[in-house]
Amino acid sequence: MAKEVLNDSLLKKMSKNQIFYPLLGFLAVFIFMFIVSDNFLTVNNLTNVGRQVSINAIIAIGMTFAILHGGIDLGVGSVMALSGTLTAGLMAGGMAMFPAILIGLFLGTFLGALNGLMIAYGKMPPFIVTLAMMGIARGFALIYTGGYPISGLDKAFGFFGRGTIVGIETPIFIMLFAYLITWVVLTYTPFGRHVYATGGNEEASRLSGIKTNRILFLIYTISGFTSALAGLILTSRLMSGQPNAGVGFELDAIAAVVLGGAAMSGGKGTIIGTLLGALLLGILNNGLNLVGVNPYVQKVIQGVIILIAIYIGTEKKKARS
Amino acid sequence: MPKLLELRGISKSFPGIKALDNISLSLEKGEIHALLGENGAGKSTLMKIMCGVYNNDEGEILLDGEKVVFSNYKDAINKGIGIIFQEFSLIPYMNTVENIFLNREIKNKFGLIDYKTMKAETKKLLDSLDIHFDVDVPVNTLSVADQQFIEISKALSLNARILVLDEPTATLTPKEAERLFRIMRALKEKGVGMFFISHHLEEIFQICDNISVLRDGQYIGSRSIKDCNTDELVEMMVGRKLTNTYPVKTHTITRNAPVLEVKDLQLTKNSKPNSFKLYPGEILGFSGLVGAGRTELARAMMGADPCYKKEVFIDGRKEKLNSPSEALEKGIGLLPENRKVEGLILPFSVKDNISMNNFSKWMKAGMFIDGVQERLTANKIISDVRIKTPTPDTPVMSLSGGNQQKVVIGRWLNNDCKVLIFDEPTRGIDVGAKSEIYEIMRRLTDEGMAVIMISSELPEIVGVCDRVEVFREGNIVADLTGDDINSTTIMRYATGN
Repeated sequence: MAKEVLNDSLLKKMSKNQIFYPLLGFLAVFIFMFIVSDNFLTVNNLTNVGRQVSINAIIAIGMTFAILHGGIDLGVGSVMALSGTLTAGLMAGGMAMFPAILIGLFLGTFLGALNGLMIAYGKMPPFIVTLAMMGIARGFALIYTGGYPISGLDKAFGFFGRGTIVGIETPIFIMLFAYLITWVVLTYTPFGRHVYATGGNEEASRLSGIKTNRILFLIYTISGFTSALAGLILTSRLMSGQPNAGVGFELDAIAAVVLGGAAMSGGKGTIIGTLLGALLLGILNNGLNLVGVNPYVQKVIQGVIILIAIYIGTEKKKARS
Repeated sequence: MPKLLELRGISKSFPGIKALDNISLSLEKGEIHALLGENGAGKSTLMKIMCGVYNNDEGEILLDGEKVVFSNYKDAINKGIGIIFQEFSLIPYMNTVENIFLNREIKNKFGLIDYKTMKAETKKLLDSLDIHFDVDVPVNTLSVADQQFIEISKALSLNARILVLDEPTATLTPKEAERLFRIMRALKEKGVGMFFISHHLEEIFQICDNISVLRDGQYIGSRSIKDCNTDELVEMMVGRKLTNTYPVKTHTITRNAPVLEVKDLQLTKNSKPNSFKLYPGEILGFSGLVGAGRTELARAMMGADPCYKKEVFIDGRKEKLNSPSEALEKGIGLLPENRKVEGLILPFSVKDNISMNNFSKWMKAGMFIDGVQERLTANKIISDVRIKTPTPDTPVMSLSGGNQQKVVIGRWLNNDCKVLIFDEPTRGIDVGAKSEIYEIMRRLTDEGMAVIMISSELPEIVGVCDRVEVFREGNIVADLTGDDINSTTIMRYATGN
């Protein structure tokens, strides 16, 4: 009896933790896939999942920042494509690998900073600004490439998408490293706390002396950078710059963030939640592929899972008030 | 004859607290019944039970002598209970007619909305209460008072026989409150029973027939308004005698070097320049009627809002102050008027609300927040200003108004400020917490800080301030010290008589 009470309160305590539900969802899907497919729990397959997930997961970092402040970044997929094609194009044109990579990363960061300027200082709504950026960046990627993929890249460039680093696949390593840094930033730095505060109540934060405009500016700059980083990995994996890459990636990133327990209204969410959300989507895709579910049906399943996750989130809110 | 409404032995618990413990109350036809109690005493919970938002754990509700159970809010409305919340439930961009008939629009034979009939009905309703304003404009262009009257009219149009008014006068000017009372008296004539909640005892004496006091979820007692006085009520509310609500102005202030000097601040190109000085150790009051420009001046001064022109000197040095963050760097903090919207991040914890704008004291390696030190500081501030909270991790939205205000104060104590601006610091706060806040202000000035207190409550200005700037129509019209700080003199300047 006493033990039951203890368990009950422990469960309650755990359920209050913000990553409880994302973790539960992740484990549920993981176990389900383990049961239905023999090939799921193999090193080979899980590495494969990790590689596939890494791109969405890295984009979702920037999206987490944007959603934490109550905004959104719809331009991530296009910015990713433009940065990737630029790096590929520069290398194909004879530039050395590292300068080309740096310029590609810089372009993405710069476009994010432009978003940030318009949102923070121009007081324009994030949805519209980044929607416009989505079109602009995609347009530039198509103009730059003439609509054709850029290939014939230096073999060494494959390191970022296909290589390994200390025994781990490079994309997975970069992803984990980026998440570690983000976790430290969001949890242990004033900037991270200010992101949460600004998302929780922008006006109260401003009046308390937090430089909210600077926070907003940095949030979108970070999102530009993570998009470009994802672009680097994708371009390396495909060994070509694809102007049409990343269409719809913003939706996957938003899905990962929301499955991770973040509130679209801002101020609530965790980066670990986002990682779990991205992984959940990844193993779901992978598992359904393994058991041979029609890709069209997969889309439906993914949508339903997002709806269920949101439903659980809103139910909790109702019960509290 | 059965009572209009009777509550018998109502109890309600929330996880961890007993919000209401065996409360019994009754309301007659045409009675105005005041519900008194400090914030957190259980008034809101009781009201929410009366209108079906919460269910009571124990006890029963009788309407006209018959037992009723309200399954939800709508059910309560159907049974004749109307409730006017502090936050209105009007749709801001719709007009009065559309709001009153929201979700029960009158339709013509084609099933389309019959605006003409709705408007005529609305007019009839408003006329019966002697309320007159343009019913065709969006309600957000109307005054707060008019919006409140719309809420009342809406409740009456739903045949409410019982009205619950939750601090209706908190956002009204004295004149508007007078209008509200006139309407309440008219409703009384019609036999509507009303529960009235207010922190202003004068109002209660002016309008109510009976008073019931709650404290910590307990029923303390009821009195007829004729046989009780303010002291007795305050004692019932706080459970102790409050002999002197205001801290004594003991210390002497030397006014040599101002910590803050504002010269020729113009809000717009066409407004007149205003100047004032603030000295260390004093509480400077900004008094005047609502809308006299006190908040605007203070906010423009410290950069929270833009202004046309200003010169600000801090300790004699000219400073720019273009934003609250620059003001903070120079040691000036603002506790905004609307603390729930502009002061706090409601879902965040007490600790996070305190530490949010200054982590510099607990940085490790110059970059990372030392969570342990942060927590220790938060704990110290919580006990220093006596914030009543179960834990430092409790969300501030679950605290009472007084404790929420103390959280905002705590945030500024975590910074090394020279000047704090308290904008309406005691609005919506109960008597006990009010005097605690005055004491904190006094303690801070004793330690050498300077405080500006913007307040619409004259007794508070007179009781607390060392010096008072009186505002009228956007300008400072008088600078009062000593015996000149009294209600009559201030009002004379404030109204221009």
